[in-house]
Amino acid sequence: MSETGRIAAVFGNMVTAHVDTFAVLNSVAYCRRRDGTRLLAEIIRISGDAVDLQVFEETRGLRVGDPVELTGNLVEAQLGPGLLGRIYDGLQNPLPELAAKHGTHLLPGRYLPPLDPQTTWRFTPSASVGQKLRAGGALGHVTEHVFEHPICVPFGWRGSWTVEAITSPGDYGCDARVAVLRGEEDIRREATLCQRWPVKVPLCVCDERLLPTEPLVTKIRIVDTLFPVVKGGTYCIPGPFGAGKTVLQHITSRHAEIDVVVIAACGERAGEVVELLREFPELTDPRDGQSLMKRTIIICNTSSMPVAAREASVYTAVTLAEYYRQMGLNVLLLADSTSRWAQALRELSGRLEEIPGEEAFPAYLESRIANFYERAGAIRLHDGRVGSLTIGGTVSPAGGNFEEPVTQGTLKVVGAFHGLSRARSDARRYPAIDPIESWSTYEGIISQEARVRAVRLLKDGNEIKQMMAVVGEEGTGIDDFATMLAAELFDAVFLQQNAFDDVDAASDASRQRLVFDKVFELIDAQLVLDNKEHARAVFVQATEMFKHWNYEAPQTPGFDQALAEIDDFIGRGGRTL
Amino acid sequence: MRKYHDEITRVAGAVVEVTARGVAYEDLAVLDTRLGTSLAQVIRVEGDHVTLQVFAGTQGVSTIDRIRFLGRPMQVPFTKNLLGRIFDGSGKPRDGRCELHDDVIDVGGPSVNPVIRRMPDKMVRTGIPMIDVFNTLVESQKLPIFAPAGEPYNRLLSRIGLQADADVIVLGGIGLRHDDYLMFRKAFEEHGVLHRTIMFVHTASEPTVEALLVPDLALAVGEAFALQKNRVLVLLSDMTAFSDALKEVAITMEQIPSNRGYPGDLYSQLAKRYEKAVDFEHSGSLTVLSVTTMPGDDVTHPVPDNTGYITEGQLYLRGGRIEPFGSLSRLKQRVNGKTRDDHRAIMDACIQLYAACLEAREKRSMGFEMSPWDSKLLSYGERFEKQIMDLSVDISLESALDTCWGILSACFEPAETGILRRIAERHWPAEKPAEAV
Ligand SMILES: Nc1ncnc2c1ncn2[C@@H]1O[C@H](COP(=O)(O)OP(=O)(O)OP(=O)(O)O)[C@@H](O)[C@H]1O
Ligand SMILES: [Mg+2]
Repeated sequence: MSETGRIAAVFGNMVTAHVDTFAVLNSVAYCRRRDGTRLLAEIIRISGDAVDLQVFEETRGLRVGDPVELTGNLVEAQLGPGLLGRIYDGLQNPLPELAAKHGTHLLPGRYLPPLDPQTTWRFTPSASVGQKLRAGGALGHVTEHVFEHPICVPFGWRGSWTVEAITSPGDYGCDARVAVLRGEEDIRREATLCQRWPVKVPLCVCDERLLPTEPLVTKIRIVDTLFPVVKGGTYCIPGPFGAGKTVLQHITSRHAEIDVVVIAACGERAGEVVELLREFPELTDPRDGQSLMKRTIIICNTSSMPVAAREASVYTAVTLAEYYRQMGLNVLLLADSTSRWAQALRELSGRLEEIPGEEAFPAYLESRIANFYERAGAIRLHDGRVGSLTIGGTVSPAGGNFEEPVTQGTLKVVGAFHGLSRARSDARRYPAIDPIESWSTYEGIISQEARVRAVRLLKDGNEIKQMMAVVGEEGTGIDDFATMLAAELFDAVFLQQNAFDDVDAASDASRQRLVFDKVFELIDAQLVLDNKEHARAVFVQATEMFKHWNYEAPQTPGFDQALAEIDDFIGRGGRTL
Repeated sequence: MRKYHDEITRVAGAVVEVTARGVAYEDLAVLDTRLGTSLAQVIRVEGDHVTLQVFAGTQGVSTIDRIRFLGRPMQVPFTKNLLGRIFDGSGKPRDGRCELHDDVIDVGGPSVNPVIRRMPDKMVRTGIPMIDVFNTLVESQKLPIFAPAGEPYNRLLSRIGLQADADVIVLGGIGLRHDDYLMFRKAFEEHGVLHRTIMFVHTASEPTVEALLVPDLALAVGEAFALQKNRVLVLLSDMTAFSDALKEVAITMEQIPSNRGYPGDLYSQLAKRYEKAVDFEHSGSLTVLSVTTMPGDDVTHPVPDNTGYITEGQLYLRGGRIEPFGSLSRLKQRVNGKTRDDHRAIMDACIQLYAACLEAREKRSMGFEMSPWDSKLLSYGERFEKQIMDLSVDISLESALDTCWGILSACFEPAETGILRRIAERHWPAEKPAEAV
């Protein structure tokens, strides 16, 4: 591409250029350094012949007068077979391949294609010559991981298309032509195994959007029973630093009962991504016995990587997630942390000298957040299948105070709120989801009645505790005291869960129900409580027994023994022999 | 290629504007004034207006002073001869010895590709139970000490640092008090590590903005040594002074502050430095220990707050002790599953019980009756503070775990500790220990 502009100013990651041709908003441009390195950028404002670009790289070394090339293409993701199991940066550069080619550091201006054109896929055509198809209509399929991955008329092609030619079954690279189609007004276009899609535009080709209702089992007890998430729903995890947001997302990405997981590590620590990279290939997905990495895509723009690409990274991630939803799969997108993305917006907005809103965030922050979460949802595809995209985002509020723009903007649009509390994480009550503050508008794996009851118990226990701080233990009646202990028991053995124990870390739905019912069976049993000290002793023992049970693998003698012990204890009304 | 540009058009704060052409973003320049010479760095170019941040400050700068562009970004020499040397905040020798000009490397270079990192898994033993048992330090960790003014944070930093037994130690002093600088030097000397130490020291009496270069210099050199298979330790004190220098420049640049005057990119600026901590696959490692002083002992102040979101935990130093709450090592689970089978159980139980003890103390201070359970907690808390939390305690991890069992068995029944039955059965002392309180 020839030069079409010249740099007029450089300030942080923002470059202003004078261009001598038309410019397209949100399209890609390159700033060329004197040493020939081309730095990827996006046009984010146009005024007359001046355009403002956000550069997705460090701008060190750029000068006034350096050439700028405009491409006219929007910032796009490449979609096709071979995305699963990959590790990309925010602009979909494959990181392992970059390391192999360019060494230890992420040098500016080094880009590689997201899908390797050398890799071939066995394509089985299904469309026939003369057939009329719309965007998203299947031309055939390849097999990726355990899924049939349809190859379809690119989603961006408008109108109706007639198949003019289609290849025979065989092995093709992602760039190879597999079909020729004729559109309205006799335009001819070629389809390949892959296609491109602008990341900021929602990809949702469907008959209808469905109300999401099916629980997404995360195997985290407090989530699945009290604050459930559904397939196609949205939720957020705000919390102060070190409260456990990332650990919560990591265990969810491991254990959730879902087809595909896309992890967007956005402006957080590189070390946390490395943990996934190294561990996932070694772990197996219990659903199909294959490596967990094969169902996972990692998009990683860690905190020391260029800030502008952070914003792009969440959009890249959600676009890839939507692509797999178009196959009728259930996809989970986990973004950690959306606050970093918001901060990237803020930095940019500051450089553009826009009028700042609260805490210097731009006024459009809320609508950007809303648009992002709106990309989640359950949909019915044209062929009748149903796919879903669930989005869970962490929020890192300044000072751990939820009264700030990103948390508040997010709470307005999500279906569930898992608020982490400093008090709980300090006391090592993990996961530190605050059972009093958190909420979910979805239905989970236990009855609504049972859920209401559990929340009631926690609230009562909390109130009694607060009361006790005023009137002392001596001023509290034995019944209230017992209620408080019951709430503590439920907290200790049900809400708390050890993420680092192989057994306790993941509890499937049936086990959760069993434990839940058993805890309430004990609470409802006619326990004989002579006095407060005795009541405490009874609950200490109960807690110990339940905890012991939680750590026993199902279908083992230990599990049955532990359960029998509890049943016996309940049968005796908590009395010692 | 030396070009002179005479026209300084604006001077404000630590920033000057000059008229110049062909200058690259982030290039270095030298500014000669009647008070001496200073390094300056391009922080904005617009047409032929070039804005530079002047590291020695702009005191005494006049509009007829000269600026000389060096045509390159900040660099630092990298050779073995750095070892044992002391430099100032702009990289000039501070020890009266010669300047080094050997193989230079860029400062503030690009970040490491995450895929070439390996998972940290080597525990660093410090002999401090609050670290070894509860907040285990791991090689390549980035870990700050959060401390209000007046706490012995630099002494703790050097104590931990010297325990880490690194091949190369790089000290980055940012707004360091002269006494503290001498304290570090003495500690390195006494431990016989001075010959493998490199110091970049900016003291409190020097211009604030000069502090901005220190972390980058220290980390660039540290990273280069780590890439030569060395286990490198970088000590940075005080990162709050660094953040304040950032704030000063941002304000002069009329950037809209996001929080208490700090620029909106404070998080990214800090992260860029801390993320240099790394354990390289097939090479060395870089551990970063730092100090973040907390103005007003407020952990929600923007500097500790942003830092906490970046680092892999923090040690919260208060009242001369490492606080059990607020302190955290996020890498502890990488190593504490392989030390001793009771390590995790002790770690969780002791803190949960200590939290309960504080509640009991609260009740006591309000004048309520103490139940037998409260009394147990109080007695536990006292022992725990004295035998474990006190910073003068210097024992191995294993003895610290044994001590914890001793305290627990002196105060509680096994079931009351919340420790899993199978662990308690294995480790619960057969007899109550002789009273050690
Ligand atoms: N479920 C859990 N079980 C045990 N320990 C946990 C759990 N969750 C968190 N932790 C502990 O807390 C530490 C911090 O958790 P995590 O990294 O998830 O915090 P975070 O909320 O993501 O913080 P930040 O905002 O700084 O990224 C972990 O390294 C671990 O030691
Ligand atoms: Mg996190």
